[in-house]
Amino acid sequence: MAFLALDGLTASYGGKADVLSDVSLRFAKGEVVGLIGPSGSGKSSLLRALVGLLKPRAGKVTIGDEVVDYGSRASLRAARDRFAIVFQQYNLFQNMTALRNVAIAPTLVKKRPSAQVEEEARALLTKVGLGAKFNAYPDELSGGQQQRVAIARALALHPDILLLDEVTSALDPELVNEVLDTIRALHADGMTMLIVSHEMAFIREVATTVVFMDQGRVVEVGPPAQIFDAPQSPRLKEFTAKILRH
Amino acid sequence: MWAQITEEAPRFFGYWNLMFLGEALVNTLLLSWLGATIGFAFGFLFAICRHPRLFGVLPLRILATTYVELFRRIPFLVKLMCVFFAFQLSGAQVSLFTMALVTVVLSAAAFAAEIARAGLESIPAPQWDAAEAMNFGRWRVLWTIVLPQSWRVVLPPLFGYTVGFIKSTSIASQIGVMELTYAAKILNTRGFSALLCFGTILLLYFLICWPTKHVGERLERRLATRPVRQGMP
Repeated sequence: MAFLALDGLTASYGGKADVLSDVSLRFAKGEVVGLIGPSGSGKSSLLRALVGLLKPRAGKVTIGDEVVDYGSRASLRAARDRFAIVFQQYNLFQNMTALRNVAIAPTLVKKRPSAQVEEEARALLTKVGLGAKFNAYPDELSGGQQQRVAIARALALHPDILLLDEVTSALDPELVNEVLDTIRALHADGMTMLIVSHEMAFIREVATTVVFMDQGRVVEVGPPAQIFDAPQSPRLKEFTAKILRH
Repeated sequence: MWAQITEEAPRFFGYWNLMFLGEALVNTLLLSWLGATIGFAFGFLFAICRHPRLFGVLPLRILATTYVELFRRIPFLVKLMCVFFAFQLSGAQVSLFTMALVTVVLSAAAFAAEIARAGLESIPAPQWDAAEAMNFGRWRVLWTIVLPQSWRVVLPPLFGYTVGFIKSTSIASQIGVMELTYAAKILNTRGFSALLCFGTILLLYFLICWPTKHVGERLERRLATRPVRQGMP
């Protein structure tokens, strides 16, 4: 049985053309899914739809054996409890230190004891290589450091599924590896992840399944070897031909 | 002229006149500070009503926007007259002071709503997204994330307007509210020279405006201790 199942997921921003149309996918626990495709193909929208930041118009999302009803507040809360999302622009809370950014949701939303949360937040920040930056504010950190705070913040929520939305595309080439190393380590720990990325070499390395999207639709799904070396659909052939030339 | 003033001064600063001016000063302070405080509280509520992520009810948003856009564009004196005649028509037994206070509240609410809106909107949508995805309720986002970052944007113009309201209350003398300007007019008609009367309240206005500005600056430093630099990668 699939751990995460999407059936015919369709969504649009404010009644405009669909940014996701009829997306059906299923993934097992511990899988690392690479979502690739041209800009505007709906990869980021798919992650936003999963956490309810973009309300799906039709379709069904099932996590484990729970169907998510995005119209119901309780169901949405339950779904958001299981996902954690890391954004391209980090979206850290600017008025809080790195430590507070990581600790706030577990303390205030999940009502866990603050001493325990803080200890864990310190451990997580240390794990992503920011052991010396607990009290730094976001604007005192580099992009790569902010992105790692954002990853630590997501991990502190103990998600079942981690969603990473182009987490390296706003970063300097030098900083990209800091973040990729962190993701590699998570993969080694068995975390289920959906990764939207333009780092094809990285996707090929860590992904167990690659999903190619175009114009809001899933065009092809397969293991990295198939997607990158033996694409089936003409659109993917065209895409890989272009990206592999660079 | 100086001879006249030095001759009048001992009588002018006599006990009864000082009590009279003191009462007027208290009224001016009450009108401006109390009026601004109540008005700002309402303005803040309006800003919340207009914020799509806090209160998405369309009729309420339209209502709040209409109020804000209308009342920011009417001169204080016109608002004062409207309130004055509205109370007269309604037949309610209300003091002139209350009418002036209501006018200040109506103005302050409209201006503060606009300032608070700018403050709330200064927090970029991605921070809302992150918080919502982590199951923060909207009021918690407002309280823990948005407000602490808004003070920086909100406080300077808010105190600027408060100083403006202190000055606007002088217009309330037009309907006979016993505040500083009206007191000066009365003392003037009692025979004291205009320079002495209005020179004295000029000093008093300055003495209340100056600390107001400083309280604002101190509050700003305390609440927004960390200047947020923009545009970092």
